[in-house]
Amino acid sequence: MNVPAAWYLVVGALLFGVGAYGLLTRRSALIMFMCIELMLNAVNLTFVTFSRTLSDVAGQASVFFVMVVAAAEVTVGLGIVVAVFRRRASTSIDEMSELHG
Amino acid sequence: MTLHVPSIHYLALLPIFIFFGAALVLMVASALSAKNFSPRLATSTTVLASVAVLVVTIAQWSYVAHHGATTTIAHALVFDDFSILATAVIAASMLLSALVAHDWAIRERVVGVDYHVLALAASAGAMVMAQANDLVVIFLGLEMLSLGLYVLVAFDRHRAASSEAALKYFLLGGFASAIFVYGAALVYGATGSTNVSSIAYFLGQNILLRPGLLYAGGALLLIGFAFKVAAVPFHAWSPDVYQGAPTPVTGFMASIVKVGAFAALIRVLLSALGTQMDTWRPILWALIALTCLLGAVVALVQRDLKRLLAYSSINQAGFMLLGVWSANVRGVAGTMFYVATYAPVVIATFAIVTVVGGVGDEHHSIEHYRGLARRQPWLGAALAVLLLSQLGAPLTVGFYAKYAVLVAALDAGGGALALIALLSAAIAAYFYLRFALTLYEESDHDDASRVAVPRASVVVIAVGVIVAVLFGLWPGPLATWAQHATLLFLP
Repeated sequence: MNVPAAWYLVVGALLFGVGAYGLLTRRSALIMFMCIELMLNAVNLTFVTFSRTLSDVAGQASVFFVMVVAAAEVTVGLGIVVAVFRRRASTSIDEMSELHG
Repeated sequence: MTLHVPSIHYLALLPIFIFFGAALVLMVASALSAKNFSPRLATSTTVLASVAVLVVTIAQWSYVAHHGATTTIAHALVFDDFSILATAVIAASMLLSALVAHDWAIRERVVGVDYHVLALAASAGAMVMAQANDLVVIFLGLEMLSLGLYVLVAFDRHRAASSEAALKYFLLGGFASAIFVYGAALVYGATGSTNVSSIAYFLGQNILLRPGLLYAGGALLLIGFAFKVAAVPFHAWSPDVYQGAPTPVTGFMASIVKVGAFAALIRVLLSALGTQMDTWRPILWALIALTCLLGAVVALVQRDLKRLLAYSSINQAGFMLLGVWSANVRGVAGTMFYVATYAPVVIATFAIVTVVGGVGDEHHSIEHYRGLARRQPWLGAALAVLLLSQLGAPLTVGFYAKYAVLVAALDAGGGALALIALLSAAIAAYFYLRFALTLYEESDHDDASRVAVPRASVVVIAVGVIVAVLFGLWPGPLATWAQHATLLFLP
């Protein structure tokens, strides 16, 4: 079966949209965090698809950079979430009221 | 199959190596030492590394003057006067903010070398951004810079606001990075490369029949940058993060993020997408008008000095974008001059805020500053001069910075935009002057204690004031450097 490349791009765009929507609407820091990861994976899918259509290996190489960055973000992000959680035993961003935006 | 190893220009990479090397040395040394690591030794290492980078940039400058600008590591990094000047500004900012942080760490009893390690790594990230010639490399530099900053913002364990600000910054910063790299992926799809010069070459040779993909990618890249430089409407994080972060970190952020982000933004918009100027300039126009006006207007009602300075820095970002919008050599030089002079001035301002904030880093209400110049004439006068420079008063360096970008915008036919920016500067003048007058008012509580200004902070404040006044009276040399700091690839 031959799936056209455009479909992969559409899936990538949808995943990115789901991630962005979730980030803007959900109120739990952990879920928001997962949404960022989802967006980054949508980027990876897009890079790989273009790499295939362009017959250019650079796009696949970029995916590794994005993956490494995503892993680094996890360590730092979870550390910050834990630091906040220790203080108030909740990760809901609605309860954060020290700063008034 | 043979593996082609790209040639590496080590002189171009030396500043990044020095900062990472210093960070590693500090980390290993503190792990090996049995007792608590002396804060003086940690700060000295950072200062030494920064001075070493400044010396290296002088050598680089003369190298480029003799051999010309070039790219290295298979065109992933670029080695031109522009990247060298940006690197020098980053190193100088690192030096100054390390001194502020030193006094702050002693006062707040923060032990360990963590602050310096993170700050050095973040600065190295900013340098990567300044040198990057590839969208993915810019993304890497952006993340190195941001990941260090997320942790630095959360550094103050005694205040809940610090970790909350870090979480907010992390979530929005991660969002912005994801948007940026998705933009990079779309541009890659449209042009077949993530390399800045290849993109420029492709767009110069071909006319895209369906440019939708490129436009979408370019717009996402622009949004990612707008988040990082806190341009309206992507500025919402900045007042909260400025307020919540430990004050020395705020000064560090305000300077280094701007240098790195503007260097990369100029590279992307002018070098890579220079041929698409007619498409992105109207968008940037709206962004600048909103950024200048909203930054100035909302600052009027702030009661907290750190929030006030956050909105002031949003307003300044609008002016810096003005040079980018001009999209000519003058504009690039103007933005570079603006960023280079804004960095020491804003670090010195936050050095004073750190000192006045007192133990616990708490006293930041504007009320607390009433009569500061009567209690401590030197400190008050220094703060007044630094504010006047940010306002752009004549005889301070801020005046020439604003003048340079406004003239560049007029050259590029942006009369209306320059007028809007001037209007915002007039509004901003009101709150800067009102605050400066507050410093000289009679205080209700005259017994308010004088704050001690530690020695390293005195040095930083003095440097900030000297930059503001000296380059204000005599802007020639720095302006010449900024004019020389042209990009390797200009349309």
